[in-house]
Amino acid sequence: MKRYSVFAIAREALRYHTGWERAWRSPEPKKEYDAIIVGAGGHGLATAYYLGKNFGITNVAIIEKGWLGGGNTGRNTTIIRSNYLQDPSAAIYEKARSLYETLSQDLNYNVMFSPRGLLMLAQTHHEVRGYLRTVHANALQGVATEWIEPARVKELVPIINIDGPRYPVLGALYQARGGTARHDAVAWGYARACSAMGMDIIQQCEVKGVRSEGGVVKGVETSKGYIGCKKLGIVVAGHSGQVADMAGFRLPVEAVALQALVSEPIKPCMDVVVMANTVHGYMSQSDKGEMVIGGGTDGFNNFTQRGSFHHIEETLRALVETFPMISRLKMLRQWGGIVDMTGDRSPIISKTPLGNCFMNCGWGTGGFKAIPGSGWAMAELMAKGEPGPLAADFSMWRFKEGQFIDESVAAGVAH
Amino acid sequence: MLILECPYCGVKAEETELSPGYEAHLKRFGPGSTDEEFESYMFARKNPKGVHFERWRHVYGCGKWFLAARCTATLEVFGTYPAQTSEPPADLVAKIKAKRPDWKGYK
Repeated sequence: MKRYSVFAIAREALRYHTGWERAWRSPEPKKEYDAIIVGAGGHGLATAYYLGKNFGITNVAIIEKGWLGGGNTGRNTTIIRSNYLQDPSAAIYEKARSLYETLSQDLNYNVMFSPRGLLMLAQTHHEVRGYLRTVHANALQGVATEWIEPARVKELVPIINIDGPRYPVLGALYQARGGTARHDAVAWGYARACSAMGMDIIQQCEVKGVRSEGGVVKGVETSKGYIGCKKLGIVVAGHSGQVADMAGFRLPVEAVALQALVSEPIKPCMDVVVMANTVHGYMSQSDKGEMVIGGGTDGFNNFTQRGSFHHIEETLRALVETFPMISRLKMLRQWGGIVDMTGDRSPIISKTPLGNCFMNCGWGTGGFKAIPGSGWAMAELMAKGEPGPLAADFSMWRFKEGQFIDESVAAGVAH
Repeated sequence: MLILECPYCGVKAEETELSPGYEAHLKRFGPGSTDEEFESYMFARKNPKGVHFERWRHVYGCGKWFLAARCTATLEVFGTYPAQTSEPPADLVAKIKAKRPDWKGYK
C-alpha cells in the first residue's frame, strides 16, 4: 500500500494522477482462514483491523453479501458521541470516540472526524433532571460533558427557537468533543488498512449456511463456495438473527427500519449537532451544506430498508418547530436502514453456544459512533476467546440473568 | 404505506390509524417458570425475514387489538384476524402456504 500524503499528491499531480492504486484488493476466497468475519460494514472491518493491529492475526477474510459499507454504515447520520448513562455504555462509546480522534492518522485515510460539539436538548423538566444525572455520571466515568443553560444553547445554535410554545429549550447536555465523521470514509479507511495487512475482503459473497461439528464452527457455505475457518465472527447488524439461525441459535433481537433524510444544500448555518429527544428529531449540517436529519424507528418488524412516510413527517414537524428557518427547505433524499434492536437497547458482543463463533450485533440505532470501540472489543474477544473489560457486560446471556444495560430507560428514546 | 383491515369494525386502516404491538401468539410465563421460559417470553423473538404474525391495535378507530400476518421482507399483508385465538386460523395458514411454498410454518 502506498501511503497517502502531501508528497503523494504532489508526485501524482506531476504525472497526470496515473499512479494511484486501488484502495483494496478484491481477491477470490482461499480454502481456509484463521478467522472469518461475516459482514464488511464498519463494525466488521474494524474488528478485522484490530485483530491484525492488536493481535497480529492477519490470515482473515471479511465476507460481504453486497458491497462494503453499503448497509447501515452508509445509511446513518454520522453522529459521534459518548454521553451515555450506564458505565459499560460510556466505556465502550468513549473508547470509540477517543479512537475516532486519531483514526485518520491511524488509518492514513481521512475520515473527516469533526468534533464540532453535540447538544442534547432538554425540553421537559423530566429531561432536565435526567441530563443533570447523566452529566454527573459522565464526570465519574471520565467522559467530558457539561450542562448548559438556554442562553448558551442559543449562542451555540443561533437558528434554534428556544422559546417554542410547546417545548421551550430548558438547557442541554453538551459534549464538546462529540461531532460527526464521514461514514463511507470510515469503512473505506478500515478496508484499505485491512487489505494492506493481507486480509481478504470478499464482496458479493453471501453466507448461505454455517457448518459446525460438535459445537465448533468449521466454516461457512457461501455463494462462492465453502470457506473453512478456525474462528467465526458474525457482525451483520440487521440480519444478525438470520445468520445466527444458520448457526443454530436464537438472538434476542428484532429488526426494524430507521430512516434518515437530507435537505438541499444551504450555506453554513449550524456548526454543531443538535438532538431533540422529546420531540424526537436530530439534525446536523454536512460539509456539502445539506441538513442531515434523523428521527425514530418505525414500530414494526421490517427488512425492506424503507420506512413509513408518516415518520418522516413527524420528525420534520418536530424539527421545524425547533428550527423555524428550515420550514422552506426542500428534502433531497430519504433512505432507510435495518437496525437490530435488543430488549435493553444496548449491543451484544458475546460468545455464543458455538465455541469458536462470536457475535457482535444489537447496536440498534446507534452503531456508527461505536465502530472503532466495537471493533476493538470484538477483536479482543475473537483473539482471546474471552471478552475483555469493554465487552464483558455485553453478553447475549444478560437477558436471562436480568443484568440489563438499560439505555432505553436512561434516555427515554431508542438510540 | 401499510394498510390493514380491522377484523372487528371492517375498516381498512392506514398505519397512522394503528399502533403496532410486535410478535403475536407469545406464550406468557410468570412466577414459577424457569429462567429460560421467562427469558423466552420477555426477549426471544422469532424476528423472521418473511412471514410474521403480529399484534396491532386499531388505536384511532374501534380501539381493539387484532392480529395480522404480514411479510417482513416485502410488506405484503396476508390477512388479519381477531386476537381471541392462540394460533393463526387454518384458512389463513393455507393461504400463506399457497403463496409461499418455502414457508416453514408459524411454529
